[in-house]
Amino acid sequence: MSDTAVITTRIMLAGVGGQGTILAAKIISEAAAAAGLDVKMSEIHGMSQRGGSVVSHVAFGSQVFSPLPDLKTVDCLVAFEKLEAIRQYGYLKQEGLLIVNDLEIAPMPVLSGFADYPQDGLKQLKETAGRILVLDAAGEARNIGMLQVQNLILIGALSTFPGLETFPWEETIKKTVRTQFAEINLKAFQIGKDLAAETGHEVNRNQHGF
Amino acid sequence: MNDNQPILMTGNEAIARGVYEAGCHVSSAYPGTPSTEIQENIGTYPEIYAEWAPNEKVALEVAAGAAMGGARAFASMKHVGLNVAADPLFTVAYTGVTGALVINTSDEPGMHSSQNEQDNRRYAEHAKIPLLVPSDSQECLDYTKAAFIISEEFDTPVLLRTTTRVCHSKSLVHTGSRAQIPIAPYVKNIRKNLMIPSHARLKHPEVEERLRKLSVYAESTPLNRIIPSRNPEEASIGIITGGISYQYAREVFGDSVRYLVLGFMFPFPENLIQKFADSVDQLFIIEENEPFIENACKRLGIACLGKEVLPLCDELSPDRIRAAFLPEFKDSEADEAKIPSASSNRIIDKNIPQRPPALCPGCPHRGVFTALARYRKHVISTDIGCYTLGALPPLDAGDFLFCMGSSISSGMGFAKAFQAAAASEKSAESPQRKVIAVIGDSTFFHSGITGLINVLYSRTPMVILILDNRITAMTGHQHNPGTGKTLQGADAPEIDLYNLVSALGFAQEQLFQVNPHDLEAVRNSLKEAMDYSGPAVIITKAPCALLPEVKNSVKETFYQVDRDICITCKACIRTGCPAIRITGGKSLIDPDMCAACGVCMQVCKPGAITGPFTRAKEKAHV
Repeated sequence: MSDTAVITTRIMLAGVGGQGTILAAKIISEAAAAAGLDVKMSEIHGMSQRGGSVVSHVAFGSQVFSPLPDLKTVDCLVAFEKLEAIRQYGYLKQEGLLIVNDLEIAPMPVLSGFADYPQDGLKQLKETAGRILVLDAAGEARNIGMLQVQNLILIGALSTFPGLETFPWEETIKKTVRTQFAEINLKAFQIGKDLAAETGHEVNRNQHGF
Repeated sequence: MNDNQPILMTGNEAIARGVYEAGCHVSSAYPGTPSTEIQENIGTYPEIYAEWAPNEKVALEVAAGAAMGGARAFASMKHVGLNVAADPLFTVAYTGVTGALVINTSDEPGMHSSQNEQDNRRYAEHAKIPLLVPSDSQECLDYTKAAFIISEEFDTPVLLRTTTRVCHSKSLVHTGSRAQIPIAPYVKNIRKNLMIPSHARLKHPEVEERLRKLSVYAESTPLNRIIPSRNPEEASIGIITGGISYQYAREVFGDSVRYLVLGFMFPFPENLIQKFADSVDQLFIIEENEPFIENACKRLGIACLGKEVLPLCDELSPDRIRAAFLPEFKDSEADEAKIPSASSNRIIDKNIPQRPPALCPGCPHRGVFTALARYRKHVISTDIGCYTLGALPPLDAGDFLFCMGSSISSGMGFAKAFQAAAASEKSAESPQRKVIAVIGDSTFFHSGITGLINVLYSRTPMVILILDNRITAMTGHQHNPGTGKTLQGADAPEIDLYNLVSALGFAQEQLFQVNPHDLEAVRNSLKEAMDYSGPAVIITKAPCALLPEVKNSVKETFYQVDRDICITCKACIRTGCPAIRITGGKSLIDPDMCAACGVCMQVCKPGAITGPFTRAKEKAHV
């Protein structure tokens, strides 16, 4: 039914309000546009930003229509937090890549004792996801002295995704972040990129026979 | 900026750019998700007088006045804001304009940050003005410019209607340069411009005639376009749509069907619709929320399929459209997918904990809601802003909410019901329940002040808490008449809430101002205010924890729990602070998240929480 010769790549960023998902989505979108692709990005502002679940979407290709993905249409889900990875997992394609920040941010129902934080979430995701890459972006960001650059570490990892390696990432980052933070953001990006290259994407042979 | 290189812009940025390129002179707005960034971006163009008005009615009146005076003027608001501005809207639709007037309404199917899902396309029909509906950022820019021209040509305000997914989606935009538009000469003409009954009776038929002319224009405007299918002979399905729904429909049906995309959606291009319907075997109407286009088709006697299969509630998504129109999808995928709307994160795994928004660490509202915990038997009338989150667990401080400013006026009405009940029961044990209204600084300026006047005038015994966090916080830090700054950040007269309330006639014994981080001060003032026989106002004044100057000042500062002293009474947990949790049976404060407000320390009876501590500068553990 769909348009002939239109292939759209979809990236979904999921996290907690305040984690920098919107800036991350902006960098990915600008990098895709600079690479000469049609791009759409979608984000939500307002109430949910106050520590609630947030998602941003980036879609690019020769021509993009819907800025939003459907279930099982996302090529790469970048989860800034483990619980959010589980929450949005259904949007990922079966053969898609899941990048997870090994970070736990307890939501209010957990903090106030009404619910438990799922303890085996990462294990479950590892068993289910076709391809998964787990990073301690928070730890790495703390190591270089700026917790806020977790998002750039995750983008660094994402940049190794097939088709995205050729985007002009460094230039885009320099243009997008504030000048005084350009250096540390670039450093964070490189850390993420190196970690992804070192680890490779863990392929789940049981599930999908790669 | 030039015409060659496309720029990624949100719909809101593109509308602002369109306002600029259209040569607009005056722009007024009140912040509201998802419209806020339009005015924020207009504020970056020095050629335009741009302001935050105290509310949407004032914003539209300022813009309408400017348009009456010959300017190209713009007003922008969220969907419920147009309710506030409806009064001037319906009458400026009669007078028309000397210059031009464009009004943006940003609707919120899915209600990400709203209290209802009203479809403001109906305002255009109701007020008898043209309606433009863009579907991506380029159209946001182009339609905004077109709206000014239509306004000028037809002497009418024009409604530009966007939705969250258009406002907050980015796509590539080709920009142009600013048109140099002179102020149109104003000529006094009270029959046209001063609506008393005798003049309005003359104007109403002219409005109907204008509508007729606009419907002729709608037939030929390029804003309404037909997109042919890749195989014209096979095109048995036709889709009439507009706005973001077009993008979703296109995702589903691709170029295998024929589309009529209505960018100029009201008045309806009836002949165009009829001809399009005649050219296809089957007609689908794809639109979010109300059957606006669909009803128009049905009035014309055109057979079509729309809301019989598409949901009225919530946003659409490609999958929702598939489930409605493609039987094969319905059978195979629907059960598994459960067809989430575009508002996502609802379906995937219902067993995992939800993550509702919460008051931030260091939020000055936390002290107020912690103190209010002692007044749970009373009724808390809350309002629209971050403090609405105080109604959620564990703070649980909120009973009801209607709209901006209603905490005070509807709280007063509620208090009258209490008074009537007490009078009729005449029972000695009838509980002394009071109403406590909670409202923020910007919302108070917006429409709380009139309610407060009524409370004093009616001598209603209730307590009004004005939570002054020095900014319009929820929508992302916009200035308001109390902050002492303009939209552009320049100095402005600062309206002092204490002096304002005092000037209304609140005496010293019924007016308090406290620091909300000082729990004892809040509790003492609350007790005095609750004991007072008439109305009492407490102003709590401390800046939003997310303001850069506040954030930077506490970046390295935190409180901590002595786990040997902690008795796990959970008093700190009940403050609802995202930085505090129970681990290993004791409270723990995350030093990275802690903003050192000290409220948890003040509720910790055993004295287990101490601070503030300052982190050592060198903390890297490489």
